[in-house]
Amino acid sequence: MTTPTINRPSGGDRASLPLTTPQLPPIAPALSAGLAVGVAVLAGLLLSWSVVGMAVLAWLLAMVFLPTWSLLLEGRRKAVDRLVTALVWSTFALAMLPLLSLIWQVVAKGAPALSVEFFTYSMRNVIGEGGGIYHAIVGTFLITGLATLISVPIGVLAAIYLVEYSSEGKVAKAVTFLVDVMTGIPSIVAGLFAFALFVLIFGPGIRMGFGGSIALSVLMIPIVVRATEEMLKLVPDELREASYALGVPKWRTIVKVVLPTALSGIVTGITLAIARVAGETAPLLIIAGSATSLNWNPFSERMATLPVFIFSSITEQGRYPEAQTERAWGAALVLIIIVMALNLIARLIGRVFAPKTGR
Amino acid sequence: MAKSIDISDLDIYYGDFLAVQGVNMTVKARSVTAFIGPSGCGKSTVLRSLNRMHEVIPGARVEGKVVVGGQSLYDEGVDPVAVRRQIGMVFQRPNPFPTMSIYENVLAGNRLNAKRMKKDEADSIVERSLKGANLWEEVKDRLGKPGMGLSGGQQQRLCIARAIAVEPQILLMDEPCSALDPISTSAIEDLIHELKDDYTIVIVTHNMQQAARVSEETAFFNLKATGEPGHLVEFNSTSQMFTNPDEEATEAYISGRFG
Ligand SMILES: Nc1ncnc2c1ncn2[C@@H]1O[C@H](COP(=O)(O)OP(=O)(O)OP(=O)(O)O)[C@@H](O)[C@H]1O
Ligand SMILES: [Mg+2]
Repeated sequence: MTTPTINRPSGGDRASLPLTTPQLPPIAPALSAGLAVGVAVLAGLLLSWSVVGMAVLAWLLAMVFLPTWSLLLEGRRKAVDRLVTALVWSTFALAMLPLLSLIWQVVAKGAPALSVEFFTYSMRNVIGEGGGIYHAIVGTFLITGLATLISVPIGVLAAIYLVEYSSEGKVAKAVTFLVDVMTGIPSIVAGLFAFALFVLIFGPGIRMGFGGSIALSVLMIPIVVRATEEMLKLVPDELREASYALGVPKWRTIVKVVLPTALSGIVTGITLAIARVAGETAPLLIIAGSATSLNWNPFSERMATLPVFIFSSITEQGRYPEAQTERAWGAALVLIIIVMALNLIARLIGRVFAPKTGR
Repeated sequence: MAKSIDISDLDIYYGDFLAVQGVNMTVKARSVTAFIGPSGCGKSTVLRSLNRMHEVIPGARVEGKVVVGGQSLYDEGVDPVAVRRQIGMVFQRPNPFPTMSIYENVLAGNRLNAKRMKKDEADSIVERSLKGANLWEEVKDRLGKPGMGLSGGQQQRLCIARAIAVEPQILLMDEPCSALDPISTSAIEDLIHELKDDYTIVIVTHNMQQAARVSEETAFFNLKATGEPGHLVEFNSTSQMFTNPDEEATEAYISGRFG
């Protein structure tokens, strides 16, 4: 047997490197950005450019100023670091720009429409000013709620089958493939599917809110399956083994150990799936239709929903286009608030159910 | 209560990979048997085949016979769940249930099987098991706190408490002390000494002194060569194993000379 030899550095002839190097002041990025903006505005004013032109120029200048300054003072490695950091920040800002301006638009145009009447009245017998979206809010909650009731059991059980029981056989591969295909189904096709199904059962011209729920669950199931599958896969096998070793049968292990461990992720996934389908328009337009009055019964007659309300307010403006447009923006704001609230709830739930590690 | 284990011509596979070949031995009831051998020689694999935990891994299978108290474990119609209720196991890595408190972790074996019991009965099981695993003093004031909030060694003792809370007939321990300090280790060894009056215990260990201290009999596993399946080299009483082993290879391994 040979003992491994260790390469030792040959004594004290290594020069010790200095540990401090020159550094730009902390305000350097802000300074260069300010300088770049100043130069760009000046140049833009002189050459009478548009604001967009000035912004692009300012950005380019900032991208040159800071790294150059850094290169002169701090050396190459830090200059590259500064350049890349600046690039990352600007792409981030670019990505946020449309989102922020969208939210700004919706709030600015939608907020004036909000009033007590807006939330408590339907559009029954309303011509012109006034009226509200009560019927559409009720419809959205009923239809999405029913869709959730249908999709969650199917989706979660399918994921449990895939992860816990299938042992990656042929059936599992087929199911996974179908789920993948379903994820890509255009929502209008889901609507057509539900419509065709209900025409088959109830005859032509059928409209009901429940049909919308069916269409939405076609869209929701694959999302729920995927989210649950990922969460179940994250549960370590050691926990399952610990449970088996205590003589706990498989189904009890799944119900009492695996699902609780993955619960926060699953619930988060479900909530995000709800948020995702709550804004669907096309399928609801086909099968749930649009209505001006309140309908609490998802199993008969047309039922209004927020997205469809927005759509028809814009497309059927009639003699009072301002009122219609304002209500559309108001409904859009409410829809965004609902979706955001769902996202927040998902986070909260995730935190509440997360496995506890602290003391 | 305790039962003996008869192993004959046991071959253990992971898919097509033959991990352990041709094991024959008899583990006596009410005694401690130690498994020793170099890493990767199949100690854990053999241990897991004794309570049908091996087949939990996809593609894993076993050929041969394991007879516990006269009953063959791998006969048709034998329910692995029933087997595991009688043959408890402590794993190489601690694995408390993250969603459960310390209290619930100890009772997991009972609770997960929906066994009904009164509060004071449950309390006494928890106290007895935690005392048995030498953890009681450290956690008695925070039984409601999550089991994952304990240190690694405490978690391992929690897992031991969980395993003995269901009072199995046989206790399989896979390196239960590898994450423990000397004090906890000696507490576990004391525990093993106490338990062996009622239980049959099989313990995997890399610690020769530990094997010598706690076990009556020792099994030495080895690989013929890398890539070859592991096999049982020698199975003997511990005293003979450590003083005058039959096999040259055993002597070499125990005294620290390899190859
Ligand atoms: N899940 C698995 N899938 C495939 N092969 C495995 C699996 N677990 C273990 N093996 C293989 O089986 C052989 C025996 O492994 P085992 O875990 O039983 O060794 P061990 O003696 O317990 O080692 P250690 O002392 O390191 O715990 C090794 O070659 C290992 O690579
Ligand atoms: Mg092992």
